Amino acid sequence: MTQTRAAWIFAWALLAPAILYILVIVAWPLFETFRLSFTDASLRRTTNYVGWDNYTKIFDKDFLEIIMRTFTWTFFSVLLKMTIGTFGAVLLNCAVPGRHVFRLLTMPPWIVPMAIGIFMWGWMYNGQFGMISGLMQRLGLSDGPVAFLAYGNTAYWSTIVTDVWIGVPMVTIYFLAAIQSIPRDLYEAAWTDGASRWMRFRRITLPLMGPAIITMSMLSLIATFNSFDIIWILTQGGPSGSTTTMIIDTYSTAIGSKKYGEGAARAVVICIFLSLFCVAYFRVTRKLASSDKA
Amino acid sequence: MALNLFKSKETRAMIDRYSLIELIGIYLGIFLFLFFMLAPFIEGFLVSLKPLSQLFSTPYSFWPENGSFSAYVTMWESVPRFGRYIFNSLLISIVSTIIVLILVVPAAYAFARFQFKGMALVLGAFLAVSMFSGAVLLIPLFRLMRTLGLLNTYYAMIIPGAAFLIPAAIWLLRTYMMRIPIELNEAAYMDGASQFYTFRRVILPIARPGIMVVAIMTFIGAYAQQFIFALTFNSKTEFMPLPVGLFAYFGKQEVIWNELMAASFVGIAPAMVIIFFLQRYLVSGLTAGAVKQ
Repeated sequence: MTQTRAAWIFAWALLAPAILYILVIVAWPLFETFRLSFTDASLRRTTNYVGWDNYTKIFDKDFLEIIMRTFTWTFFSVLLKMTIGTFGAVLLNCAVPGRHVFRLLTMPPWIVPMAIGIFMWGWMYNGQFGMISGLMQRLGLSDGPVAFLAYGNTAYWSTIVTDVWIGVPMVTIYFLAAIQSIPRDLYEAAWTDGASRWMRFRRITLPLMGPAIITMSMLSLIATFNSFDIIWILTQGGPSGSTTTMIIDTYSTAIGSKKYGEGAARAVVICIFLSLFCVAYFRVTRKLASSDKA
Repeated sequence: MALNLFKSKETRAMIDRYSLIELIGIYLGIFLFLFFMLAPFIEGFLVSLKPLSQLFSTPYSFWPENGSFSAYVTMWESVPRFGRYIFNSLLISIVSTIIVLILVVPAAYAFARFQFKGMALVLGAFLAVSMFSGAVLLIPLFRLMRTLGLLNTYYAMIIPGAAFLIPAAIWLLRTYMMRIPIELNEAAYMDGASQFYTFRRVILPIARPGIMVVAIMTFIGAYAQQFIFALTFNSKTEFMPLPVGLFAYFGKQEVIWNELMAASFVGIAPAMVIIFFLQRYLVSGLTAGAVKQ
């Protein structure tokens, strides 16, 4: 009894510093965000509680549009990350000479400070002098310069492409590990039975990658939903709001316009969505784990 | 589960023989894939070699004419503080990594070894932290930093940044520590070792490789993700880390692109050196915990 008691004290003592740190830096600010969302906090010294005012104020047509845009932006980005990641992982799994180097070469976008990769994309998207516009003109795909970040539609897709670029390496390596943990006997058995390469991919690789794809797309969904640096550096949410996602919107309300109360209300809406994703994630991973044991 | 993606010596069985067409298809696919991954770096490097006059001329030319490394020299003159930015980035990353390790090593051990009531819930809460980005908590964090008088100091970038690196680090190290045989604890207990002594003298030395992986992953995370807190909580140029400091090349009239790219490559160098030497740890680190045991 004393032994377990000592162990109990010891275990919680080991956890205490980390718990305390997270309480102060994450939990308390999270609580504060909720509290501030019911106030008119700004740079002024006095702060009053205003009830649901902030929420009634922010829920207009523009905000609903921003929410919709955040979801479509996230959806396309995650979809592309998963597709390209699967494609890359399957290719890098092929037993061809040079594969170790190829695997290494996928990592830079993930490892390099995000801002630096984004600057490089910013230059590539440049209309007058950038590579993409330049090559498109050279190949006759476009008559004049295409300033990708200057028009709503192209800016929207440009930010998605950059987000995909940053996200793909991790997805690829994760999927590659998942593929490599598939027992080799399965492939050998299928091969003996005369299954083609495509059949083996379709009937063995893809189904057994399933859990990894589901787990990764949930994680990726959450990370993409939170994406800030890319849009902020490339467009700051412009032109005329066409790349404004909820995170960008919250940042410019709170930090740009210093409307802390209203910004907090917008942040709370994000938190609600994130919590839903979070619950879904835990549910799905638990289900995957239990179906695995069965 | 020892995943060795880079050193696997699978026998090239019949099943791995490709026809010529398949081989061409595979290489073409890999080429396309890697082109997407590396194009910005290739273009960025070529830009760093081009003189500004060529950069700002139409039509677009891919290869540098009279290319030179002069931007790599002049970048230090246009932004004299550049060295300081790299130093700041390294300092912030190193201190963040140390803080994270101090908090995470004991916590991961507790999660790996003990199953008391409530601990599963705490672990879940830790993982949930990684799902909330700093942007959502920015307003209260800003006020907290202001109250503590930490705005415009290194701490304003280190303290919040470290918190968001904790969840992944705990998860990784816990997975690693769960693989250490429990018999070691039992043997130590039989010999009359205290819990703390067992942790300090038995577990920590064995867990050192795992701690190394976590340290590297945390350092890279800290180095790569210094943006939002640095942008918001610090306005002093002498404390700026690299990602924010690079904005100094955005001049009043025009962006000095060749120097910006040169500076980016110089700034990337530390991270690249790390990947090159520690790639083996990196991959196992990335996949540990990802793949079931």
